Amino acid sequence: MTVIGWLQIILFCVIVVALTKPLGWYMTRVFGGDPTFLSPVLRPIEAGIYWISGVDEKREQHWLTYTVAMLLFHVGGFLIIYGVMRLQAVLPFNPAGQGAVAEDLSFNTAVSFITNTNWQNYGGESTLSYLTQMVGLTHQNFLSAATGIVLAVALIRGFARASARTVGNFWVDVTRCTLYILLPICIVYTLFLVWQGMPQTLGAYVEATTLEGAKQTIAVGPVASQVAIKMLGTNGGGFFNANAAHPFENPTALSNFVQMLSIFALGAALTNVFGRMVGNQRQGWAILAVMGLLFIAGVGVCYWAEANGTSAMHALGLTGGNMEGKEVRFGIVASSLFAVITTAASCGAVNAMHDSFTALGGMIPLINMQLGEIIVGGVGAGMYGMLLFVVLAIFVAGLMVGRTPEYVGKKIEAREVKMAMLAILVLPLMILGWTAVGVVYPAAVASMANAGPHGFTEVLYAFTSGTANNGSAFAGLTGNTFFYNLTLASAMFVGRFFMIVPAMAIAGSLAAKKSIPPSMGTFPTTGGLFVGLVVGVILIMGGLTFFPALALGPIVEHLAMNAGNLF
Amino acid sequence: MLREIRPAIVLLLALTAITGLAYPLAMTAIAGTLFPVQAQGSLIEKDGKVIGSALIGQEFKDDKYFHGRLSATLAPDPNDSTKTVSAPYNAANSGGSNLGPTSKALADRLKEDVDKLRGENPNAAVPVDLVTTSASGLDPDISPDAAQFQVPRVAKARNLPEDQVKQLVTANTEGRLLGLLGEPRVNVLALNLALDRRAAK
Repeated sequence: MTVIGWLQIILFCVIVVALTKPLGWYMTRVFGGDPTFLSPVLRPIEAGIYWISGVDEKREQHWLTYTVAMLLFHVGGFLIIYGVMRLQAVLPFNPAGQGAVAEDLSFNTAVSFITNTNWQNYGGESTLSYLTQMVGLTHQNFLSAATGIVLAVALIRGFARASARTVGNFWVDVTRCTLYILLPICIVYTLFLVWQGMPQTLGAYVEATTLEGAKQTIAVGPVASQVAIKMLGTNGGGFFNANAAHPFENPTALSNFVQMLSIFALGAALTNVFGRMVGNQRQGWAILAVMGLLFIAGVGVCYWAEANGTSAMHALGLTGGNMEGKEVRFGIVASSLFAVITTAASCGAVNAMHDSFTALGGMIPLINMQLGEIIVGGVGAGMYGMLLFVVLAIFVAGLMVGRTPEYVGKKIEAREVKMAMLAILVLPLMILGWTAVGVVYPAAVASMANAGPHGFTEVLYAFTSGTANNGSAFAGLTGNTFFYNLTLASAMFVGRFFMIVPAMAIAGSLAAKKSIPPSMGTFPTTGGLFVGLVVGVILIMGGLTFFPALALGPIVEHLAMNAGNLF
Repeated sequence: MLREIRPAIVLLLALTAITGLAYPLAMTAIAGTLFPVQAQGSLIEKDGKVIGSALIGQEFKDDKYFHGRLSATLAPDPNDSTKTVSAPYNAANSGGSNLGPTSKALADRLKEDVDKLRGENPNAAVPVDLVTTSASGLDPDISPDAAQFQVPRVAKARNLPEDQVKQLVTANTEGRLLGLLGEPRVNVLALNLALDRRAAK
């Protein structure tokens, strides 16, 4: 570890915190329906969309209607991606002549993108046409991100409103989120990325003759426009197979730094949106503090482990850390930092190969996802995930003092706690259940690339990433098989929607409650005690649930490595 | 609930048209005008022919060139399309080795390469980035240490004084952005092109 490494980490944290307030202010205006500086341009487009689709923007929806609208929207999104992938061979924008994508891979990819997971069983440049990348993937990058954000906003409205029947209008929220937040940022962001060296072209792959006279086919494409929303919307599905490690998908140290910022920007800002909507910004800062503590701890361990290198490298006198599967322009620190950010948020883009991380360095991304990706988290998904943990923490605090727990003026009762537990229990069910199948079913075992405990970790990582809707991988695992295409799709589906529906039920039940003013006996939720309590609940829940599995994978691998064992 | 069906179709199609077609196509047009070189892939031409991209690494095996990092990229086996074969710096199929920290295959490969490099230059410590594969398999850069390590070999193969080659390495070393972001690095293709230009003089 170096001083300059830590300075990069600190600079990152400072900028994220500095962006939180202004972005939170802007997003609150957008979801409040207030005019913004972009309204003169965008309002006519917005009104036009409502007109042709028959949406009455004044009419709000009950939580159940809101959820059904969201689900219908996803059925349509699924059909578009699946259709485009199966038909890409006969559709335009296909200069590389890619054939139709297989049924199981198309199914997996379609589920992967509507759930904001963006798991890559496909190999970008070797499988997909430009049309699939744009209409299939880029469009769903926007819409799955917008969905996550508006669901979080609906849950926040549940906390903020009193004696209300409705939580907002899904169609209006999604349209405004896409037009006023995601699209304008992406337009500027795309141009920045192209300036840094990212291709943005519909031209064919380039045939080059290298200095030594060999032939090299260089894949290009409309990369920048997709990468912008891939990062901002914490989607993470790569244009290229190597994702953000590919020099075209992440050309410079600056593009890397800005990509890291854009993963966290909207998720962090949502904590401020929460504070503003419940009428006390300090409530938002307290939640960001919980996230920040867990984040810094993860960065510290991962950076230390990667800078330390492996026993095999030490034995040969190699210094400079574990550079296997990392790029020189990022080095150890920016690779470790990126890995922690991408799994803390549910992004899943990678700028280094997590499969080649040291045992402990690779365990941090795993833990981040198993905690439910609530450290900033996926845009929106992190916020509603975190609020579920807050509900539990408040409940625990209430048990300790023997009072009905309350949070930001709302009584937390049996229904909310049951729903929060239901959402949180889905994670271990899918992750541990499918991993158990994956390590005994012969066709699945054959997919492991590494032997020994590392092979087990590859399987555990895959189902963790799928269920948590992350999308990063221990990529040695051959995921494009019938078994993994279907099981991972089920993990992604359940991990997304079995979390969303209980969260929306909580939104509905909270919105209907009366607001009670704070009294002497109210547990303050803006101070250090609250932050510590929530961190504790998160670590105990996640730690107790997943520690046995981690002990079988990365922990035993670390001990084996120190003992000089190879597999 | 039935009245949600129409927006589920029409609004979805409208947003798909905006984000999936209008946005990427407009960005392609604008970016192509503002940054024509980058938008096409930062291609380098020599005598009217494309010899590569400034951002994409390529394979160098000759002693007179600086070598890049190891690349684990694959290509379909020409004899059996269900299998893959090693194809370093395949810029149409990026990817890493994905070998883990306790992999015997990785440990053996490291040992073999370290021994080879020690034979080539016994006077310097072997830089770790010269014996590890990059994440993309297309890393265009090596560390300044890795470039300096190769100076004796390149100088000998080209009959140049080592000092001159060292100077070229230094001239082609890029520092951290603002002294802070990223890592110091040497673009291998740029350095080799500079070497060729020096030799042509």
